[in-house]
Amino acid sequence: MLRWFIVFLMFAFPAAAEEVVLGLSKDEVAITTSFNGSDILIFGAVKRDKPIPDGDPLEVIVTISGPSEPVTVRRKEKRLGIWVNIDSVEIDRAPSFYAVATSAPLRDVLNDVEDLRYKISVPRAIRSVGAPMGIKDAAAFTQAIIRIRTNSDTYQLLENQVTVDAQTLFQTSVQLPAALTEGDYITRIFLTRSGKVVSSYETSIDVRKVGLERWLFTMSRENAMLYGLMSLAIAIAAGWGASAIFRIFRF
Amino acid sequence: MQIYLPIAEISVNAFLLLGLGGIVGILSGMFGVGGGFLMTPLLFFIGIPPAVAVATEANQIVASSFSGVLAHFKRKTVDLKMGTVLLIGGLVGAALGVVVFNYLKAQGQVDLLVKLCYVIFLGVIGGLMFIESLNAIRKTAKGGKPSTRKKHNWIHGLPFKMRFRVSGLYISVIPPLIVGVLVGILAAIMGVGGGFIMVPAMIYLLGMPTKVVVGTSLFQIIFVTAFTTMLHATTNFTVDIVLAVLLLVGGVFGAQIGARIGVKMKAEQLRIWLAIMVLAVCGKLALDLLIMPTELYSIAAGGH
Repeated sequence: MLRWFIVFLMFAFPAAAEEVVLGLSKDEVAITTSFNGSDILIFGAVKRDKPIPDGDPLEVIVTISGPSEPVTVRRKEKRLGIWVNIDSVEIDRAPSFYAVATSAPLRDVLNDVEDLRYKISVPRAIRSVGAPMGIKDAAAFTQAIIRIRTNSDTYQLLENQVTVDAQTLFQTSVQLPAALTEGDYITRIFLTRSGKVVSSYETSIDVRKVGLERWLFTMSRENAMLYGLMSLAIAIAAGWGASAIFRIFRF
Repeated sequence: MQIYLPIAEISVNAFLLLGLGGIVGILSGMFGVGGGFLMTPLLFFIGIPPAVAVATEANQIVASSFSGVLAHFKRKTVDLKMGTVLLIGGLVGAALGVVVFNYLKAQGQVDLLVKLCYVIFLGVIGGLMFIESLNAIRKTAKGGKPSTRKKHNWIHGLPFKMRFRVSGLYISVIPPLIVGVLVGILAAIMGVGGGFIMVPAMIYLLGMPTKVVVGTSLFQIIFVTAFTTMLHATTNFTVDIVLAVLLLVGGVFGAQIGARIGVKMKAEQLRIWLAIMVLAVCGKLALDLLIMPTELYSIAAGGH
């Protein structure tokens, strides 16, 4: 009876046949005054209670996604001889940072249906409900955000950057750029076979301003008046200090 | 050495900022201008978001003007009464300027406005200064005398007259108020002290003696830019104190060095170099507006 129950369980939850055991080189990124980007090493193993299945080999996709926020994309047009922002489209959600690392070309390891479901590729990670009336080429605005952010390394497609050993061990590294906004960076691992996701795992990397950066940022938002006065006090002290120093030494 | 700016949220080289502050400080010390009109475009070029550059630059000008005004107080070349009248106008103008700035920021046109202001003002002032100093050089070469200014014009016909002892003037308060308002608006929108507009206006429109002009202009600039800083800090949260400190450390020392270099150069040569520099900055910004940008799209945070 018990044996039948186990067999039933194995058929009922086939996804659990291969599971991710994950390691991260760090689960916290501290933005300090000297912060200049950060490398994150993502490594792990596939735990399985059965022999490796036949057929297509196991592929691994790793995504890291920064906090999503609505953005406005504007397009310039020539008016009266100068280039001016004219049309704009609101994108409902666009991650501030997004990296996809794969063990083979993305098209080969993931089919469209699964991409739509799990929102893995860069265009899927951006959600745009609709453009205002009068803008026919709304897709161009979504493409623009991907192009601009890819150029600044905030969106990265790292194909063939995940190494997989014996269909069991995998590792990759992702470079977080220096211009980083703070928040929870969701890290997802997908195991796929023949383009289908067989298992996934999710964790988050905490990116925070710390120390002086944290203090100044919080103060500028929550205590704006005091922050402004402090800026002025520093300015006046520096102005007075410089004139005093040069007077004392009589250059 | 890279430094992460907490408000601008980008990482920049600290020595680059110190150097920029120093160079602009030297120039401002040499030519007797605040230097904001050079620094703000330079900050755009190195990738500081325009809103942060404008607000932070206002804070830096407080430092350099304060440093400068102390020297003028010692020489008694500050007209406090005139300064106060200009200041009242300036504060009204700064408040108006921030309202305009915030409205255009919501419309996505703030970059355009700031750049247009720069192109127009830098172009006009640089051009006038260039012609004027070329003429001055030609005159001194011929050995002629500089022409004297006409003392009486339409401005003396306006009501609400007031006596300004230090400047030796008895004129209506309306022109200084208007000059103050206009400079205040520019200070808020462009992140400049407005010295490069204020100084010519005081000399040519109000007829103030040149020796009190710079001190008086600096005096009122401190208050207007301090007010602008506070408005930006409390409404836009765009004053980056780390950026300001790096710039003003370079700036206040540069200004003192520049003042010493300036004494050794000929006034006409000095002005012609300043004019060329102003026109160069203007030209670069104008090209950006006229030439088709390589990227037509731009991203701004937040929805409408």
